[in-house]
Amino acid sequence: MENSEKTEVVLLACGSFNPITNMHLRLFELAKDYMNGTGKYRVIKGIISPVGDAYKKKGLIPAHHRVIMAELATKNSKWVEVDTWESLQDEWVETAKVLRHHQEKLEASNSGNQQDSPSLERSGRKRKWTEQREDFSQKKPPQPKMKGMPEVKLLCGADFLESFGIPNLWKSEDIAQIVGGYGLICITRAGNDARKFIYESDVLWKHRSNIHLVNEWITNDISSTKIRRALRRGQSIRYLVPDLVQEYIEKHNLYSSESEDRNAGVILAPLERNTAEAKS
Amino acid sequence: MKSRIPVVLLACGSFNPITNMHLRLFEVARDHLHQTGVYQVIAGIISPVNDKYGKKDLTAAQHRVAMAQLALQTSDWIRVDPWESEQAQWMETVKVLRHHHSELLRSLPQTEGPGDKPVSPAPAAVPELKLLCGADVLKTFQIPGLWRDAHVQEIVEKFGLVCVGRAGHDPEEYILKSPILRKYQHNIHLAREPVQNDISATYVRRALGQGQSVKYLLPDSVITYIKDHKLYTNDSPSTGNSTPRNKDKTS
Repeated sequence: MENSEKTEVVLLACGSFNPITNMHLRLFELAKDYMNGTGKYRVIKGIISPVGDAYKKKGLIPAHHRVIMAELATKNSKWVEVDTWESLQDEWVETAKVLRHHQEKLEASNSGNQQDSPSLERSGRKRKWTEQREDFSQKKPPQPKMKGMPEVKLLCGADFLESFGIPNLWKSEDIAQIVGGYGLICITRAGNDARKFIYESDVLWKHRSNIHLVNEWITNDISSTKIRRALRRGQSIRYLVPDLVQEYIEKHNLYSSESEDRNAGVILAPLERNTAEAKS
Repeated sequence: MKSRIPVVLLACGSFNPITNMHLRLFEVARDHLHQTGVYQVIAGIISPVNDKYGKKDLTAAQHRVAMAQLALQTSDWIRVDPWESEQAQWMETVKVLRHHHSELLRSLPQTEGPGDKPVSPAPAAVPELKLLCGADVLKTFQIPGLWRDAHVQEIVEKFGLVCVGRAGHDPEEYILKSPILRKYQHNIHLAREPVQNDISATYVRRALGQGQSVKYLLPDSVITYIKDHKLYTNDSPSTGNSTPRNKDKTS
């Protein structure tokens, strides 16, 4: 297939990145190789979108640090960059909204350039912390996909896919939007479990052609939780995270028993919001 | 306070190519030994195997050494030693250990005794050289003909082993199965890698051969080197590929 006939794709990864690890970075590489390898897609950009502090997850350190670490981690990447929009919002933002934000941004910049695909150059972090607000009062209907437009797809691991099953964590219309309106690229070791999960869900099954399962042959268990635990125990995290990230963590002494206790006993933002809305 | 025993860790292997997992072995082993309260790890040595080992797809030692050097540029305690790879023949691991041990003794500050004769340093100050390996290597001790019993004994008796756990391996079982290992199990330290990170060099070579990304599995500098020298492509010549497997490994 000619390059011009391929669908251009932007991979968006949402998450805590608390801290970012080599595993997170591998997700992008595996996804890009896979999507490009189908012959139908051309991955043009990767975006890391760290969650805002209002997510209230236990052990979540300030977004400021998590963003900087992600930027250090992607310093040597030609195509993956960090976006701070989500982390700058006062309230927690649903993933579907983050996807919509980036899709609209992509379409806006694309309409500006007639035939050229979006620049591969990474934009620097231009926004300041105190700027950037967004009004969430309006709920927009899902936009129809414009032909020839790059598509934003959500990049994730299998745990993310299976989190769709956790009660009150996701709104069903959001799940439908994510897999129906955008698409999912899920990197997993246990492909069969993921397939079973999709099979057992009507909404996922309906949009299964939009869910790409990519096999991860290397057992890569570098979870942020384990990184934080190792740090609390004075154990080395070298070669599990990029060197610059390890140095930054050490310099600022970011993770400790105290930091792990942040938000202890506080209810996670999506759970709070979805149960509140269910009651109203 | 009783002073700790200084330790140097030596890792032998193909390092074809070196990966983040190899580098992790050192970090995990050092943490483990430190947490015993008995040891102080003062240095790490990577010793890539000689080309004459005859393993399939083994890239020239010159490259493997260069890649390891690049990978270790940012490490302040681990270094590469090309001695083993520069020898005319392949040599058994125990001989590499003996060589590095005598080098270690030679490099120690000699104290002058009466009559200006150099006296060997006090026993407590002599670092112990230990073989660092993954659990998969411990398992190979069972393979008939691969290791000489006398060598295995010397390794665990005279030097000591630090073995880092790996998925799918049960190092305690391997020790129990071998009389020699059982006898010297006090000198075998089993370190657990809490973060499963199974980056096999075999996988890396295959990925490279298929034009897939290996970024974040090995240091960027090593990836650049591989690309610059066109290593591990499907049509790159590699030493040992067309020669028959070396049968007399234990000679």
